Amino acid sequence: MVTPVKESAIEVRRITDYTWEIPRTGDMRVPGRLYADKETVRELLGDYEEKKVGGFTPALRQVANVACLPGIVKASLAMADIHPGYGFCIGGVGAFDIEDGVISVAGVGFDINCGVRVLKTPLTREDIEPIKETLANQLFRDVPSGVGSTGEIRLKEAEIDELLVKGSRFVIERGFGLDEDLEYTEENGAVKDARPENVSHHAKERQFKQVGTLGSGNHYLEVQWVEEIFDEPAARAYGIERGQVVIAIHCGSRALGHQIGTDYLKILEEASRKYGIPIRDRELVCAPINSEEGRRYLTAVNCGINCAFANRQAISHLTRMAFARVTATRPEEIRLLYDVAHNTCKIEDHDINGEVKRLLVHRKGATRAFGPGRKEVPAAYRGVGQPLLVGGTMGTVSYILRGTEKGMEDCFGSAVHGAGRAMSRVQAKRRWRGTDIILELKEKGIIIRSRSKAGVAEEAPGAYKDVDRVVEIMHNAGVNRKVARVRPLVCIKG
Amino acid sequence: MPYSYLEHISDVGIRAEAETLDGAFESGAEAMLNLIFDLSTITVTEDITFGVEAGDLALTFVETLNEILFIIDRHSLALTKLKAVQIKQTDGGYLFTGTVLGEPFDLEKHTVKTEVKAATYSGLSYKESEGKHVFECVLDV
Repeated sequence: MVTPVKESAIEVRRITDYTWEIPRTGDMRVPGRLYADKETVRELLGDYEEKKVGGFTPALRQVANVACLPGIVKASLAMADIHPGYGFCIGGVGAFDIEDGVISVAGVGFDINCGVRVLKTPLTREDIEPIKETLANQLFRDVPSGVGSTGEIRLKEAEIDELLVKGSRFVIERGFGLDEDLEYTEENGAVKDARPENVSHHAKERQFKQVGTLGSGNHYLEVQWVEEIFDEPAARAYGIERGQVVIAIHCGSRALGHQIGTDYLKILEEASRKYGIPIRDRELVCAPINSEEGRRYLTAVNCGINCAFANRQAISHLTRMAFARVTATRPEEIRLLYDVAHNTCKIEDHDINGEVKRLLVHRKGATRAFGPGRKEVPAAYRGVGQPLLVGGTMGTVSYILRGTEKGMEDCFGSAVHGAGRAMSRVQAKRRWRGTDIILELKEKGIIIRSRSKAGVAEEAPGAYKDVDRVVEIMHNAGVNRKVARVRPLVCIKG
Repeated sequence: MPYSYLEHISDVGIRAEAETLDGAFESGAEAMLNLIFDLSTITVTEDITFGVEAGDLALTFVETLNEILFIIDRHSLALTKLKAVQIKQTDGGYLFTGTVLGEPFDLEKHTVKTEVKAATYSGLSYKESEGKHVFECVLDV
């Protein structure tokens, strides 16, 4: 059983209009820190009071629970898209000392390296408007999506092992992509120290026909146009301009990642007891990074990360080919802007009180957002900082942001990952019908294709927080900066 | 209905109850399968029997749901039902054996709703009171 730890009341203190703190009390080893406006804090406190008895853990309590884990450094953080997750809140960031810290399944999530990549086309909105129905049909036909969908690439177990080590490169070597795609993918499309022997046969068996599939839920492929540029120098560095058509792909490591999460939840549950780690929530089970169980999980997560990079790479290829079929664009003219991950834990060096420390940074529904000058950022972007791709909903807008120096100092170079849900899926399905949403968006000029009408209702724009507000909070806090806003033309829902 | 859905903002909570432990496992499985498929579109032509073991009943319940998710992907099946075979106490906890029923997945025939990524330990509980066995847990969707 998990060791009970003393509960304490939650207090949230204002530091600035956009930064708030949960002071250290009880068993918290560090304070909690939120990026939020007054209204968000009011909502979170409301949830805290109401749901205390509802069986689920409110997001503020989750931030405080993470602050109690051994080896946590500086603060337990929550980005502006904070909402309750399992164990960690969504939008949660926790950095742990590599020597005496822990690794947690809940800090990564089941969809390991779920992320977003954005491809730049040489086309403008005017080029796409007249053909968007045809383009939507082509993309829907060519990019497998939805529950039970399978991809063109079928792998044997030995090939899966190779994919888990090589990530995007495995897919590019088979002709599905450009070499330069690697330069513009976080970690160049593969993290090191990925050990397939620590991934179960169950996980590999679930994956062998899912490479190059979108999946379902909140995953999507969107054709968008750049509506507004906020930061000209950064937009120039990223190679985007007003009116340009871009493509966003949001998906993750599919069933392989889910199974790694499932397998290690059980392993780390046993490890928590073995190492006597006090835990407030069963989902927060963890192991010392330096233990056998911790190392095995980390190297398995690395496989999941590489699997997701490979998956987005395969989908990029299918997308380029679909565009080439219905527009006058050659596949190689569609270039990768960047690929970011938002469900990961990674070993990173950070400056803590003037000293460089090696940390394991968990980002659960949060994106890495390195500022200018970091060696991990591609050379072409190093002057302005890493691009961040923040997904909105199918009816609203998405953003391209950049990392900042302040973000490096304040929150380990992290960012929001999306709008964040405001309403449960059950509630959304009660309120909307998928077919109505599709018609409504069509009137707004947005073409939706999906195998699941219920899925469309669950993902209705009204079920999410206002992405503009979420982005504004991060921008005003200075930890992320707005570069461009994009609007959807076509959305293929998983 | 032997199961119901609980409000959870990002995921879906399920509550499964029955007079027997077998029944509560079966209800939990149906609650999950009903999120993934329109069960009325599935006929039964295949069955697969499996076993899972975990430290306590609540953990065994989660393991069972996760094993069903594995079977759906691994064998490309549309499943409609779980039949419990037996629940046995072991040295390490509990062993659940069950059979899932369904047919090969067919995009044309089956209506799919939502992908469930995993059953989690979040909001996980097992209670036995007034002759009812009740499980609750949050599914990551």
